[in-house]
Amino acid sequence: MNIQMPRINQIPFFFKKQNLLIQCGIIFFIIIILITLIGPFIVPNDPFTANMSERLSPPSSVYPLGTDHMGRCIFSRLIVGAQSTLGITALVVVTVALIGIPIGLVIGYIGGRLDTVFMRLADGILALPEFILAIAIAGFLGPSLTNLMISIVFVKWIAYTRVVRSIVISERNKDYVLAAKVGGSSSWKIIRRHMFPQVVSPVLVLATLDIGKVILTISSLSYLGLGAQPPAPEWGAMLNDGRPYFQSAPELMIYPGLAIFFVVLAFNLMGEGLRDKWDVKSR
Amino acid sequence: MFTIIKNRVIQLIVVLFILSLFTFTLMKMAPGDPVLTILNADEMVVTEEDQAELRNKLGFDQPLYIQYGRWMLNLMQFDLGKSYMTGKPVVEELLTRLPITAELTFFALTLMLCITVPLGVWSAKYVNRWPDQFSRILALVGASIPSFWLGLILIYFFAFKLGVLPSSGIGSYPQIILPAFTLGFTYAVIYARLLRAGLLQSLSEDYVYAARARGVKEWRILWLHAFRAAILPVLTIFGLSLGSFLGGAVVVEILFSWPGLGSLAIDAILNRDYPVIQGYVLLTGVFVVLANLIVDLSYYVIDPRMKRKEEAL
Repeated sequence: MNIQMPRINQIPFFFKKQNLLIQCGIIFFIIIILITLIGPFIVPNDPFTANMSERLSPPSSVYPLGTDHMGRCIFSRLIVGAQSTLGITALVVVTVALIGIPIGLVIGYIGGRLDTVFMRLADGILALPEFILAIAIAGFLGPSLTNLMISIVFVKWIAYTRVVRSIVISERNKDYVLAAKVGGSSSWKIIRRHMFPQVVSPVLVLATLDIGKVILTISSLSYLGLGAQPPAPEWGAMLNDGRPYFQSAPELMIYPGLAIFFVVLAFNLMGEGLRDKWDVKSR
Repeated sequence: MFTIIKNRVIQLIVVLFILSLFTFTLMKMAPGDPVLTILNADEMVVTEEDQAELRNKLGFDQPLYIQYGRWMLNLMQFDLGKSYMTGKPVVEELLTRLPITAELTFFALTLMLCITVPLGVWSAKYVNRWPDQFSRILALVGASIPSFWLGLILIYFFAFKLGVLPSSGIGSYPQIILPAFTLGFTYAVIYARLLRAGLLQSLSEDYVYAARARGVKEWRILWLHAFRAAILPVLTIFGLSLGSFLGGAVVVEILFSWPGLGSLAIDAILNRDYPVIQGYVLLTGVFVVLANLIVDLSYYVIDPRMKRKEEAL
């Protein structure tokens, strides 16, 4: 493994003196994870209970950030929304990695015609920007969160496959692989023992930087009405919900937007930190 | 020069072929029966015979590969069928919306360059001093802010609070500023970082030292010598991201009620108007591939070394 696991006598990476911005990113990240995990148990109100007599009320002791156009607690919805937004994103990124990495390992290692065909196919799909592809898929299959996730996975795996493939191609002819072959390792074992560890850190960096992008895509598409459908407390959908009350109650839009911004910022800072640490060249 | 054009055209055809297969498959996978959609649009009683007749007329009773062949033939004659919503030909619908999106994109690009170039040069000139840190933070913000939210905040301040700029509508220059800025800002600050990196690299090249030794003025070195080399990577990334620019335009168009291609696409999706969605996807694909081609060719104009490299091969 070329990732250095923190040893006892070694200071873990996130406590070392880092760039100030990256430290902020790590702190944000820890806070976000905590909120996501324990948030739903500590929210003051039920995020789905509508209370029409309390609609659009200002912040109070009951409703820390006030209520939305249906009289639902904005604060509670934001906290629970963190779980849905981040949960969806995590699911998407993990699925993408699970599809992209094995395919990249195999076509990179085998190469030849398989590789050519794949690259042509990838060029064809990548001619369309991922956002437009996602729109196309959501458009043909109908707007829903599941279709949105399918479309993002469909577009994203190619990037992972490409990164993995290029690393494998640059590694597969090196002497140590030859030595392993001479030593009687099967292709499967070489891929598993020698190729896979090489791709872990670049993929981790790519994934961390991608989390931000995926969050932005999901919330943009939800904002367009192509993703999470109301009354789900997804941040983009909340923004879409609040659109008609824009002039009278701008806070309906400001809070979810800020939430998206800070979470994406945290992941971008983390991703940059990891990239610098592992010295992974951006593609 | 001709080889590269030839290769690129072949690539363009392959890409378009895959794209057409992709949209055709998606269209066939789409839920709902287009025959019923068309018939129900007239609000008549639909009989079995009507359905069978229309199915026959549209060729939906044929095997899939024949349907694809027919569809492809029509496509080559720029016939994408008719919109379910309006009954007008899809190509006509797309062509009426295209100039509107083109206008938005053009202004956004102009605005983007007006931010990218000075910001990039400025931060390269004062590396690691405050202009550089400032542009670094801007780039982080640009990469993290949801563009629709940025647009909403801009509308809130400039249209509602200050009342200086209109929040929607098209036709006059003030109306373009907010949407163009929303679309261009994210890309502008990120490209500024790329430009900075490129400038820093080319400023440490030998020919820059040589120019300095000859006593060429510093601004000439920066703008004429270093800038020319540094703009190349920015151009590449720009060509590659023109597609996401068009994707971003969808959000901005919805936000500012700008009746361009993006609005058309979203309307079509919400009304399940599949021919229009298909037309939109194909058209965007063509644009992206063409943009990449233009970027490739512009290399030869900006950097003559590329031409020599190819001739040497």
